[in-house]
Amino acid sequence: MPDLAIRCRGLVKRYPPAVTAVDGLDLEVARGECFGLLGPNGAGKTTTVEILEGLLAPSGGEVEVLGRRWGEDAAGLRERIGLTLQETHLYEKLTARELVQLFRALYRRGRDVDEVLRMVSLEEKASSWYERLSGGQKQRLAVAVALVGDPELLFLDEPTTGLDPQSRRQLWDVVTELKRRGKTVLLTTHYMDEAERLCDRVAIVDHGKVIALGTPRALVAAHVGQEIVEFQLDGAADGDEAAFAALPAVQAVRRVAGGWQLVTDQVHLAIPALLGSLTARGQAAVALSTHRATLEDVFVTLTGRRLRD
Amino acid sequence: MTERAATPPPGPAPAPDRASGEGPGALWLLTLARVRLFYREPSTLFWTFIFPVLLTVALGIAFRSRPPEPVAIGVVAGPGAAEARSALTGQPDVKVTVLDEAAARAALRTGRVAVVVVPGASPVLRFDPTRPESRLARVVADDLLERAAGRRDVLTPRQDTVTEAGSRYVDFLIPGLLGMNIMSTGLWGIGWVIAELRQKKLLKRLAATPMRRWHFLFSFAVVRLLFLAVEVPFLIGFGMLVFGTPFQGSALALALLALLGAAAFSGLGLLIASRASNQQTVGGLINLVLLPMMILSGVFFSSANFPDVMQPLVKALPLTALNEGMRAVLNDGASLAAVAPQCLLLLGTALVSFAVALRIFRWS
Ligand SMILES: Nc1ncnc2c1ncn2[C@@H]1O[C@H](COP(=O)(O)OP(=O)(O)OP(=O)(O)O)[C@@H](O)[C@H]1O
Ligand SMILES: [Mg+2]
Repeated sequence: MPDLAIRCRGLVKRYPPAVTAVDGLDLEVARGECFGLLGPNGAGKTTTVEILEGLLAPSGGEVEVLGRRWGEDAAGLRERIGLTLQETHLYEKLTARELVQLFRALYRRGRDVDEVLRMVSLEEKASSWYERLSGGQKQRLAVAVALVGDPELLFLDEPTTGLDPQSRRQLWDVVTELKRRGKTVLLTTHYMDEAERLCDRVAIVDHGKVIALGTPRALVAAHVGQEIVEFQLDGAADGDEAAFAALPAVQAVRRVAGGWQLVTDQVHLAIPALLGSLTARGQAAVALSTHRATLEDVFVTLTGRRLRD
Repeated sequence: MTERAATPPPGPAPAPDRASGEGPGALWLLTLARVRLFYREPSTLFWTFIFPVLLTVALGIAFRSRPPEPVAIGVVAGPGAAEARSALTGQPDVKVTVLDEAAARAALRTGRVAVVVVPGASPVLRFDPTRPESRLARVVADDLLERAAGRRDVLTPRQDTVTEAGSRYVDFLIPGLLGMNIMSTGLWGIGWVIAELRQKKLLKRLAATPMRRWHFLFSFAVVRLLFLAVEVPFLIGFGMLVFGTPFQGSALALALLALLGAAAFSGLGLLIASRASNQQTVGGLINLVLLPMMILSGVFFSSANFPDVMQPLVKALPLTALNEGMRAVLNDGASLAAVAPQCLLLLGTALVSFAVALRIFRWS
């Protein structure tokens, strides 16, 4: 039996009368793995994570965290996990250091308070009241508070949303360092580059279900080609899908908001062919661009929608 | 994925774990956090300490015991006015004014004089029997006029004036304000604060740690106790120093009453805040509990003013028990045994409200 940090089967969460936030979700996360949950707003990521954290009771399904169930040994499990909520407020009138100290004291074992503050670059703000920290600093403090119990398993719900590029990169370093120390990380994110960079595997969640699972590279290879050519047609002209699909080296054609996407593995053949075909019909392409296929393209392929609208 | 999980983590060995029990304990830091939050929030300091003192000063001044008011007698100008005037003057607590007819009527109506003497062969005493001071002034005027006309007193009783300690309004007020303060710091200090923590998801965040739930609740209790130990002596001491209010009974009984009162209202605060996810809802509920008690339980005026049918309800309110108990101890010198019924009522309120609150409490 593989050594799993998280295992859940057929997870369901209903909010009567009408909402099914999580709809039969299966997940296995190995120890030492960094796992990403991706999905649009309202997909059920936060709900799933909070069930795994033992903060919400599921309406159905099984959950095992670090080999235990929440009903068996909640207190023991809490010693071994750390987490950030999607939205964190801490005591407004305590300083950053006082807050980390307080949370440190709640765990039997943990890390040094100043070391944790240093990891999220808040040494200089250690004596500032929480209410006087900027939004990004508050978020980093939430991560510090999640780390101070030295968890084996860390849950981060959108840890980098709203951070500046430098702080994001810093947080990536924190996660990389945890991975190096053999810790397990489960994070949710809307940033594809983040998932591709940090996560060993990702699950794409939509309407409360996992619709794709694998390493970022494998998902891209399986669901989209190598390169994407994107363009719009000038004026009111309408494109001919069959004609695009017949172009050399084009593997798939998709209509996306306001334009077209061609999936190809040979851009240098596809683009001249496309332009030639358009000129022959008296049409012109505007906003022509190409990019390497990403998880975002996987998402668009799978759902016909964009991740962030 | 299975393989990588099976291999030991690469990289340097994890930093050594801190030994358990090192550093200050959770209970201590949770309590310290509450103390810091309290004194870093000037408005709570104001409402707990300054506001009751200001209220006492304002009401104490407004309702201070004045030296006895002189009896104001008006005499209508005309024949015989001078004689009547000299008959009425000479007493230290009587003030006589001669007025024409219209002015005399106006003065009586507005209360500047309490009785009007219309002099003549058979004088008239004009007064308003619905006003106690007017009835008193009639008796005084009548007495003085009769004596001037030659009446001889047959009996002259010796006069013995007393002022009972604890009978003034400020003596009544201080225990009431103390009770009200214990009530509002319990309800707001526990209920409102917990509602805020839940609304901000801080309760949820704390519940996600291995924190012992009782440590958290106990930290609130410790802090309430700490502030009670400042709040109660502060207000009583202020009353004794500035207004000379009495402290006749057992200090132990007073401490016990204050403690049980704080426990009862903290329990009610916890109960009110045990489920509501919205702070405004909790604020409304607190006022719903607090305002009726402020009126019914004898804070500013005696609850004996309410009709008999309401008395069982009034007596069952925890604030009534607290106020009556503290008044009995401070003003009437009651012993611990004498306030046992009040103590039991408060203890019962505390036990029931805590038991229910802890059963239904929601952390998220
Ligand atoms: N307490 C609740 N009552 C009713 N519906 C809820 C509740 N909490 C969440 N939902 C619904 O459940 C669905 C999933 O919400 P969830 O917060 O898990 O989404 P998410 O994937 O985390 O989205 P986001 O990316 O915006 O954070 C949403 O449709 C949401 O409206
Ligand atoms: Mg979410």
